[in-house]
Amino acid sequence: MGIRIDPDKCTGCGDCIAPCPFGLIEIIDEKAHINEGCNLCGACQEACSYDAILIEAAIETAAISDSHRGIWVFAEAKDGNLKSVDYELLSRGRELADTLKTELCAVCFGHNISEVEQLIAYGADKVYLTDDPALASHQEDLYTGELTRLIQEHKPEIVLAGATSLGRSFIPRVAAILKTGLTADCTELEIDTERRLLLQTRPAFGGNIMATIICQTRRPQMATVRPRVFKKNPLAGRKGQIIKVDFNKEGVTSKTKLLDFVEDLTERVKIEDADIIVSGGRGLDKAENFQLLEELAAVMGAALGSSRPPVDDGWIPYSHQVGQTGKTICPKLYIACGISGAVQHLAGMQTSDTIVAINNDPDAPIFEVATYGIVGDLFEVVPMLTEKLKGR
Amino acid sequence: MNIVVCLKQVPGTTQVKIDPQTNTLVRQGIKNIVNPFDTYALEEGARIKERYGGKVTAISMGPPQAEEVLREALSTGADQAILLSDSAFAGSDTLATSYTLARAINKIREYDLVICGRQTIDGDTAQVGPELAEMLEIPFVAYVSQIAEIDNGYMRVQRMVEDGHEVIETPLPAVITVVKEINVPRLPSLRGLAKAKSAVIPTWTAKELGVDKNMVGLSGSATRVIKIFFPQRVYRGEILQGSLENQAESLINKLREAKLI
Amino acid sequence: MEYFLSEQQKTIKSLARRIAEEKILPVRAELDEREEFPWDIMKDFADSDMFRIFIPEQYEGLGGGCLDLCLVVEEISRVCSGVAVSYAASALGSFTIVAYGTEEQKRKYLPDIASGKRLAAFALTEPTAGSDASAIKTTAEKAAGGYVLNGTKQFITSGGEAEIYTVIVLTDKARGARGASAFLVEKDTPGFSFGKKEKKMGIRASSTRELIFRNCLVPEENMLGREGMGFIMTMKILDQSRPGIGAQAVGLAQGALEAAVDYARQRVQFGHPIIALPVVQNVLADMAIQVEAARALTYAVAKTIDSGAKQFTEESAMAKVFASDVAMKVTTDAVQILGGAGYMRDYPVEKMMRDAKITQIYEGTNQVLRGAIASELRKRKARRE
Repeated sequence: MGIRIDPDKCTGCGDCIAPCPFGLIEIIDEKAHINEGCNLCGACQEACSYDAILIEAAIETAAISDSHRGIWVFAEAKDGNLKSVDYELLSRGRELADTLKTELCAVCFGHNISEVEQLIAYGADKVYLTDDPALASHQEDLYTGELTRLIQEHKPEIVLAGATSLGRSFIPRVAAILKTGLTADCTELEIDTERRLLLQTRPAFGGNIMATIICQTRRPQMATVRPRVFKKNPLAGRKGQIIKVDFNKEGVTSKTKLLDFVEDLTERVKIEDADIIVSGGRGLDKAENFQLLEELAAVMGAALGSSRPPVDDGWIPYSHQVGQTGKTICPKLYIACGISGAVQHLAGMQTSDTIVAINNDPDAPIFEVATYGIVGDLFEVVPMLTEKLKGR
Repeated sequence: MNIVVCLKQVPGTTQVKIDPQTNTLVRQGIKNIVNPFDTYALEEGARIKERYGGKVTAISMGPPQAEEVLREALSTGADQAILLSDSAFAGSDTLATSYTLARAINKIREYDLVICGRQTIDGDTAQVGPELAEMLEIPFVAYVSQIAEIDNGYMRVQRMVEDGHEVIETPLPAVITVVKEINVPRLPSLRGLAKAKSAVIPTWTAKELGVDKNMVGLSGSATRVIKIFFPQRVYRGEILQGSLENQAESLINKLREAKLI
Repeated sequence: MEYFLSEQQKTIKSLARRIAEEKILPVRAELDEREEFPWDIMKDFADSDMFRIFIPEQYEGLGGGCLDLCLVVEEISRVCSGVAVSYAASALGSFTIVAYGTEEQKRKYLPDIASGKRLAAFALTEPTAGSDASAIKTTAEKAAGGYVLNGTKQFITSGGEAEIYTVIVLTDKARGARGASAFLVEKDTPGFSFGKKEKKMGIRASSTRELIFRNCLVPEENMLGREGMGFIMTMKILDQSRPGIGAQAVGLAQGALEAAVDYARQRVQFGHPIIALPVVQNVLADMAIQVEAARALTYAVAKTIDSGAKQFTEESAMAKVFASDVAMKVTTDAVQILGGAGYMRDYPVEKMMRDAKITQIYEGTNQVLRGAIASELRKRKARRE
């Protein structure tokens, strides 16, 4: 099992070299050679026009269970309130379910969750609701057990969840117990109707490359999606069923104990909820210069954001960090000051409605996603904007 | 406390750039590094050992060159290191990786805590930690930002969530993933470097781990990559012109027109 | 330039560089501004076993030699001379114990110095005795239980921060050159206190204070070496430590050279980076030549000492004199190359220039050392006749 080059077919054209994300291919004596470290992703095989690259893998013998049907969305609730990402996933899920001509269900755990009918408004045909005081807080052991049990009982073919701190923590556990595939942080979900497969696309290598992934034979096909990647879309006049599930306390035990929750109160305006965000990067040069952005933000009623370097250097708390290891945000207006636009940052904000970039490097990648770009010194431009906005 | 730390060797991806003309990867000899989040895991393991006594074992699944990260680990707190390497492991997704790591940890037998970094910078899935916990059938806590206390077979930790942190108590053994807020990894010591240089790092192959070959590598992977492509990046906006003063004025007008401010 | 460093030396050098760049570089300007002793960085050195380099293996050290120490000092000094001096001072303070200590004294003090738990320092200078060391006035009188020390030491590096001091005092004034002895005095010994911290031109991260002894009783067993050997021990110890000052100067000059070259490459005037101008090239070339020559001389002296040479006063003085003069010149030139920017505290070179001056002064002023070299020349010439 592995990868090899058929020397009879290989012409040494070198088309396979660039696509290899690990840079492992060299042409030696006019034939391609693959060095150690190949993880069989197949990018080179795609690129080869001569079918000279062979990837041998054990044939998957597991039969696809035809009894797996339906798309599920795990709808997360906190303190009795559903989250926006739940609706975002249901909106996309509705489109996927229509393509597959199957039903869309929401699964919800908690206690006294309000407005559960909203899940139906956003697309769910059914809502499986397990309501119990034990589930009021995010007891991950209980959630893992309960979701696994429900999946085993009802056999959905696809399960989606928000890539929130809860989602990224317990969904993989469910996938491992079910021995099925899970793809994290998907930015696109499509259906291959012929093979009834969910095509899961996500950034890899810090967003430099996109990869499309499938879970071929195991079920359910599971994927998590970051908040604000899909847009929520309420549909008029929808009807559906809310099915109350009895929580079997004896059946599921929690090994870990949640003792306390301490809220982070430093963030006055949560950046995830802000309509306008003024954000700073390495170009600010020092911590004190966030002051300039704070003044602009104050005049605009905006929240303050940051790329990763200022957070790493301690200039601003982590709760303001936008990007792959920070928060994904999608405000109406995002103003990036002194931010170069590294892929990890773009991953966190590029779906914002309007993006303004201020940077004195005309080649900064941020200009590629900006709606309006100002090539200039932020120390001149930002105060200018603040002054003008104050003036009127 | 017997601690196992999982490390992964990854390409130093921040050095990977795209050539805008050809839309292909520009490779300036991608250097391999230890996954940065794993250095925090190793450091925490070393600190727990210093506080409570015990041993830190570093393990890594990868090709033979992954031995480098294990040697580095020996100079910064690990007492012993084991490489899990076999061509059968190639092509593993997180499920197959977790299975293989679990086989190794079960072979190590005596362990109280398994520490992983929050996620890798190449895969970014953050899945191996939780999946590993299920393979080992032990409790799991993600995003640990502080280990408050270990006492009598229980551990109390603080872990980060979106809007604050939770205090969680878990019985041991358990698997945790850590975030970078948890500590500042130490630099190697001279004695550590000397020890690492001369240390023997055993390699455990598929046979030694007694793996089920349908559970490892490509066969053991539930997911597979079917396509890799480069995101299309197009300039979709306008770069304003004129003096900075005019540009600022113009921007404000445009934003007002769009009713954004 | 290839200096044929051993694998171990290369490891030490590269680890020292990592510490310098990751831990010291981000804070050097602040340490200088606030004149703060770099305790956090001392801890980083300790954790990385850097203090073990100059302590013998039997006392929990790594048994390194002079060149090993020079490599570390050079790398640290390249980033911040003040921090380098704070590290090197502990080495100097340990040399007397290693060379002249009894087994008990070595066991008592060296492991703590090796682990970085406690810092050491060396105290000779007094208000009346700078270059003229024989003019010291601090006395140690025999008393019940030991010796009573009275007097003041001036300008002591790491004074107040170190815990283990080797102090040179007069035990018998009448005996002149044989009238001094060395004592180990620990911080917090009753009668031992410190004066205020001095405000210096440079190496501000290093703490410099007076040591004040008022009827300070020091136990008998704290005498280091034999009574009356104080000045002789001092001379030998300083011969041993001078290459370290050479290394400090070399590192400092290296840092300045790099800053100047970096700046000259990107500063555009008259349409070109200034490094294209012959006048600038000449200055940079001379700087580079001097730094390398200073390095080569310092390493050669260090290797001579490591080879087991018994006499190296002249060589050791040469390394220190040459390297320190180079550091002063190169750092001044660096400020010149950076021009107006070089004068501003936002740029690192003015600090380097301020740091350089002291290397021409302490551990024997360059004037005194030139005299010592000349003295050796005379003796040799005389012997050949």
